[in-house]
Amino acid sequence: MTEHAIIPIVENPPVTFTQAEIGWTPWLQPLPEEELTEPHLKGLVEAGRAKSPYFRLLVRDPEVLEARTKTDKDIFYNTHSGLPRAERELAATAASRYNGCIFCASVHSRFASHHSKRSEDVQKLLDEGVETDLGERWNAIVAASVALTATPPAFGEEHISRLSAVGLDELEIADVIHGAAFFNWANRLMLSLGEPTPAN
Amino acid sequence: MTTTSPDIIDLLAGITAGSALDRIRAHRPETREQAQKSYLALFQPADFGDVSAADRHAIASFVAGLHRQPDIFEFYTSPFEDSDTDRWLIEVIKAEIGAGRATGPYGNYPDGPLNGENQTGPLYQVSQSSREALGPKLSAALEHAHLLIFHLRDASPQALQALLDAGWTTNGVVTLSQLVSFVAFQIRVITGLGLLSTATKRAAA
Repeated sequence: MTEHAIIPIVENPPVTFTQAEIGWTPWLQPLPEEELTEPHLKGLVEAGRAKSPYFRLLVRDPEVLEARTKTDKDIFYNTHSGLPRAERELAATAASRYNGCIFCASVHSRFASHHSKRSEDVQKLLDEGVETDLGERWNAIVAASVALTATPPAFGEEHISRLSAVGLDELEIADVIHGAAFFNWANRLMLSLGEPTPAN
Repeated sequence: MTTTSPDIIDLLAGITAGSALDRIRAHRPETREQAQKSYLALFQPADFGDVSAADRHAIASFVAGLHRQPDIFEFYTSPFEDSDTDRWLIEVIKAEIGAGRATGPYGNYPDGPLNGENQTGPLYQVSQSSREALGPKLSAALEHAHLLIFHLRDASPQALQALLDAGWTTNGVVTLSQLVSFVAFQIRVITGLGLLSTATKRAAA
């Protein structure tokens, strides 16, 4: 059987970076919800994800999806110690802004705003790009995330020194590294397997 | 059957048991364990499904080479070094890495105000001689990997159709996409933690 990519007709697609709740539509057929088996449900980690076309597409390789989801959750939600949530989301937003993933940037800029209460600064990052001035602590996090996102990576000891200088300890620097690195995984999936759709 | 594997990020970032970075990673045990499980699910799965072990290593080697990470390239080509039948792949992939070198991310935004940020860059195609050696499926996968590594915002349903036309299944495309994207993540964690490890050792000296 020959399989085909889906070419969706999206009216008024998002064409700028936004904190609005936009959607996403796949270019390959997700598994139908009624065909999900036990291994698929295990791969989804959370049963609610069966409603999402993105996760029903990725669940075609359930083992990888399961490990990826658990990596994601620990990098962003394990806040017993280390970098505050807001700044992990800032690293994710900076990587997504630099790679150009409008969908990922929308979700994680919203989280960054929510946790930091600095929604104007977050919007500045979306509007003006990764060179904008957000104060030295955030500038250092954005610069490190962007350098790590470049291919080949341009991340160097100067980025680590700059993060130390604004008060980040080694675990917090490791959190910046993981937050930005993870979005080099997520952005590539979101950008290449489908496209953003307007907010409802 | 259980295969014991060292933690690949620790191995390639030079993090040794008991070191400062080992203790830092211990604060994120799930990150460490699941990043390794992702690696195992992609490179030592119980069922290789629609993507062969050799294809997985060839694509990961290409991705590491495009990131100019010789140690990670060697890590992913090591099964070919020991193989009588696949050793030739190393030279072909090296040649393609040379042809595909670029600096990213570049590419175009959807029509609108972001077009001012569009950046041009090379569109890579596997050379004719390599295509004959690699075959249409692996050639299409390398071309897609190059897109995902350097100009991900140029991705399109047509790019996925090219993979399907070359003989990949939808399931196979999902695995390929995860593989390229995972290696992009893994390389950045290794690069970042490797440098942090060096900085920490220097501070302690």
